[in-house]
This record gives sequence, structure tokens and C-alpha cells, in this order.
Amino acid sequence: MRVAAFATRNHKEIVRDPITLLFGIGLPILLLGLSSVMQKNMPFALYEMNNLTPGVIVFSFSFLTLFSGMLLGKDKSSSFLMRIFVSPLSAADYILGYMIPLLPIALLQIFICLATAMFLGLPFNKSILFMILVLLIISPLYISCGLLFGTLFTDKQVGGIFAIFVNVTTWLSGTWFELDMIGGTFQKIAQLLPFMHAVNAARAILHAEYANVFYSLIVVIGYTIIMTILAIFMFKQKMQGSTK
Amino acid sequence: MINIRDLTKLYKERVVVNQLNLQIHQGELFALLGQNGAGKTTTIKMLCGLLSPTEGDATIDGKSIVKNTQAVKQVINISPQETAVAPNLTVYENLLLFSQIYGYEKEKAQQQVYDKMALFGLTPHQHDKAKTLSGGYQRRLSVAMALMSNPKVLFLDEPTLGMDIRARNDVWNILKHLKGHVTIILTSHYLEEIEALADRVGIMHHGQICALGTIQQLISETGKHSLEEVFLEKTEEALL
Ligand SMILES: Nc1ncnc2c1ncn2[C@@H]1O[C@H](COP(=O)(O)OP(=O)(O)OP(=O)(O)O)[C@@H](O)[C@H]1O
Ligand SMILES: [Mg+2]
Repeated sequence: MRVAAFATRNHKEIVRDPITLLFGIGLPILLLGLSSVMQKNMPFALYEMNNLTPGVIVFSFSFLTLFSGMLLGKDKSSSFLMRIFVSPLSAADYILGYMIPLLPIALLQIFICLATAMFLGLPFNKSILFMILVLLIISPLYISCGLLFGTLFTDKQVGGIFAIFVNVTTWLSGTWFELDMIGGTFQKIAQLLPFMHAVNAARAILHAEYANVFYSLIVVIGYTIIMTILAIFMFKQKMQGSTK
Repeated sequence: MINIRDLTKLYKERVVVNQLNLQIHQGELFALLGQNGAGKTTTIKMLCGLLSPTEGDATIDGKSIVKNTQAVKQVINISPQETAVAPNLTVYENLLLFSQIYGYEKEKAQQQVYDKMALFGLTPHQHDKAKTLSGGYQRRLSVAMALMSNPKVLFLDEPTLGMDIRARNDVWNILKHLKGHVTIILTSHYLEEIEALADRVGIMHHGQICALGTIQQLISETGKHSLEEVFLEKTEEALL
């Protein structure tokens, strides 16, 4: 009940700021459109809807990092968080309250991207339904990154960090080029981080290669748990240390 | 109601609150006075469980702010020094949110929201988003939000900052009604506010209470004519 009230507030706070929300939905659609044009002139199949759609949807999730990070950062600098800290909500309640309202936004991103991809030629089959589920499991990874950023930085800093974050996650995701093509340290780093695995899990389920989904998903979930625990821990530190 | 013992806060090496000892009684309106940087807000933050004291402890309603923070949170609320509202929520939604966070059921919560909006003159603005309100109205909302939980102990850090004359008067009247039922700790730089409201005053200087008592007591002890003179003398004396 308490958490629900707080989560509702956070949801409203995000969707009533429609400009950023539009970006988070519009940009992926644009990317899908552009790539489908490019694919027509390419000798290999990387940008076919089948390969591309999971990557673009995961890319759109990086905006969840922006939304959650900005909201938390703003609440921190406006003393609003002080009110929440004084209330009987627990640290886990706060994190849930910030995380839950972003799930419907993730779902919206998924549906809009899928609709666009099908319009551009993605064939419908039941793998898509499984992929929606897998994507929903992946999205908290990006939300937890935002919560960590929002805990550590102000809303303005989160904006800058988001610019770096988007680049890092996109380059290392294997969406726009095959990481095998580059190899070396670059590929090793990509394998250590969860972002490539997120794309791999979504791709594998869409291609019905179920054996490959499992490992990738474990890495993503592992990272999500670590990031969330880290965010809660830093949150508690902040609560006790200084309030700003 | 509140029992503060040797409460101390250091930021790095700097002592901001220094061995504070103070008792505040049930239903009392206690005013904390002091220059900028005296340590008022820091003291309030420690009492609210927002900051851990470096040393010392305090009990609120018999519960330790260090060991039993969760129980303390059930009975207190604060109106922070900075206006703190949810910018994209309406006045109504802001108030309802805090009623629900403190566990009130929807219907009870709604009733309270209507009462508080009427009390603070916010009813005409109930559907306005908080960020579109003027500074003074945001301030009214911020103070009203602190009352949504019906706290036993209320901390008001410069509540009437930026309010117009009528709004300030309204808040004074609200506080006069609360006095006796709710224990209130108020900080303010407006001496007429303190003269109008406070049962007792503590003057804080360099993290310590350097004068304590009713306004009458302070004036007669120092042989001055007004609270302002007392304040200027007490905070100057300690400087030397
Ligand atoms: N997070 C912090 N880190 C270091 N020093 C701090 C911090 N917060 C406050 N201080 C210092 O502690 C001192 C007391 O601050 P505090 O906010 O309690 O003063 P105050 O009495 O509320 O003043 P004002 O009337 O200006 O609100 C100040 O000198 C301030 O610089
Ligand atoms: Mg202050």
C-alpha cells in the first residue's frame, strides 16, 4: 500500500514529463527504420529485423536508466527524498518504489518497437511472446543502473553520465556490429559486462535457440542483483551520512 | 517527550553540534534560535534519524533515535528547510501521497487532504501541479505535507520562509491550534514569529545552547527589553 502509493507517484512524475519519454520511444523507432533501409544494401544479415529488433529494444532500455536516474537525482537535490527518508518506508521500499513504475514503461517500449519491426517485416511467431517475457526480465538491469547513478550523482550529472552509458552499452552490446569481428580486449570487456548478454538472450529466444538463453540471462540477472544491492547499500550510506 | 543527551555532530574535524543537552516537554512549542550555521538544521536532522550523531543520543517518545530509528519515524514528521514537494504532482496528489505513505486508507486519507487544503488555503489550487505554484504556495504545501501523518512530534525548519503576511498569519493560527496536542520544534529567523508562538526558546551558538527559557525569563535574566536584544547579546558574547 505504502510502496504502491510511492510507486504511483514516481510513475506520474515520469510520464508527466513527456519529452524525455518521447525520446525513449521515438529514437528506437527511428533506428529500426534507418537500419532496415541500410540492410537493403548490405551483404550480410546483421541488420535484418530478426537480428536487429532485440538489440534495438535493449538499446531503448538505456532510457530507463535515464528516467530512473534523473528522478532519483532530482528528488535528492530537492529535499523531497528527505521526506521519504523520514517516513517509515524501508530502503528496499524506496528501491521498489522507484523500480516498479518503470516496468510498464519498458513494456510500452517493447510493444511499440515490436509493432514497428513487424511493420518493417519481422514475421510474427510465438517466439516473440517468449522474447517479451525475456525482455521484461532484462529491463530491471537498466533500471538498477539508473538507481545507482541517481543515488551517487545529482540529476544534472546523471544526464552527462547517461551520454557515456548509452555509448558504452551500445558499442559493447553487439547490436550494430559483430563483436567477433573486433575480438581482442574489446570483446573480452564486452563479455565481462552484462549488456552483450542482454542482447544475446533476447536474440537467442527469438531464434528459438533456448540453450543459449539460459547462460546469458543468468549473467544479466546476476548483474541486476548486484547493482540493486549496491544501490540499496549506497542509499543507506547516504541516508545515514549526509542527506545531500 | 524529547530528551537530548550530549548530542554531538562532527563533519570531518569540525564540530557542528557540540554536546547538546535539552529536554522538550509533551505539547510544547519549542523555538530554536541561532545565526546561520549555528547547527539548528543539523540538530533537527539528527533528531529525525536523517543523520547519525557522532556522539550522544536522544529519545523521542521514549525511543532512541540511534537504536530505534524505525519506531521514532512513526511519530515524527518534518517540514524541511528547503521546500520539498513532488513537482509534477498536483497539490491534492502531493498531500494524498504522504497520507498514504504513512498508512492511511484511501477514504480517510482523502478526507484529511480536504481538511488540510482548507486549513492552508490550498483548495483553489488543488488541481495545480506543484511546480506551477508560486514560492509561497509551494511553501504552504510543503508545511501541510508534514502534517498529513498527524505526527506527535513536528519539526518545522523555517516554515514561513517566503510566505506573505496573510499566509504567515494563517500558519501561526494553525500552529497555535496544534500547540498542546503536538510537540513542535520550530526554527525561524523571524523574532516576531517566535514571540507569537514559542512556549520556550533555546538560543543556539556554535552548536551549543547558550540561553534557554521562556522569553520573559530570558529578558529579565539579561535585563534587556526585547528578545532581539537578548539574541544579539547572547550570540555576540559567545563570539568573544
Ligand atoms: N554535509 C555537510 N558537510 C559539512 N559541513 C556541513 C554539512 N552540512 C552542514 N554543514 C555545516 O554545519 C554547520 C551548521 O549547519 P546547519 O545547517 O545546521 O546550520 P543552521 O543553524 O541550520 O543555519 P541556517 O540558519 O543557515 O539554516 C554549517 O557551518 C555548515 O556549513
Ligand atoms: Mg538551517
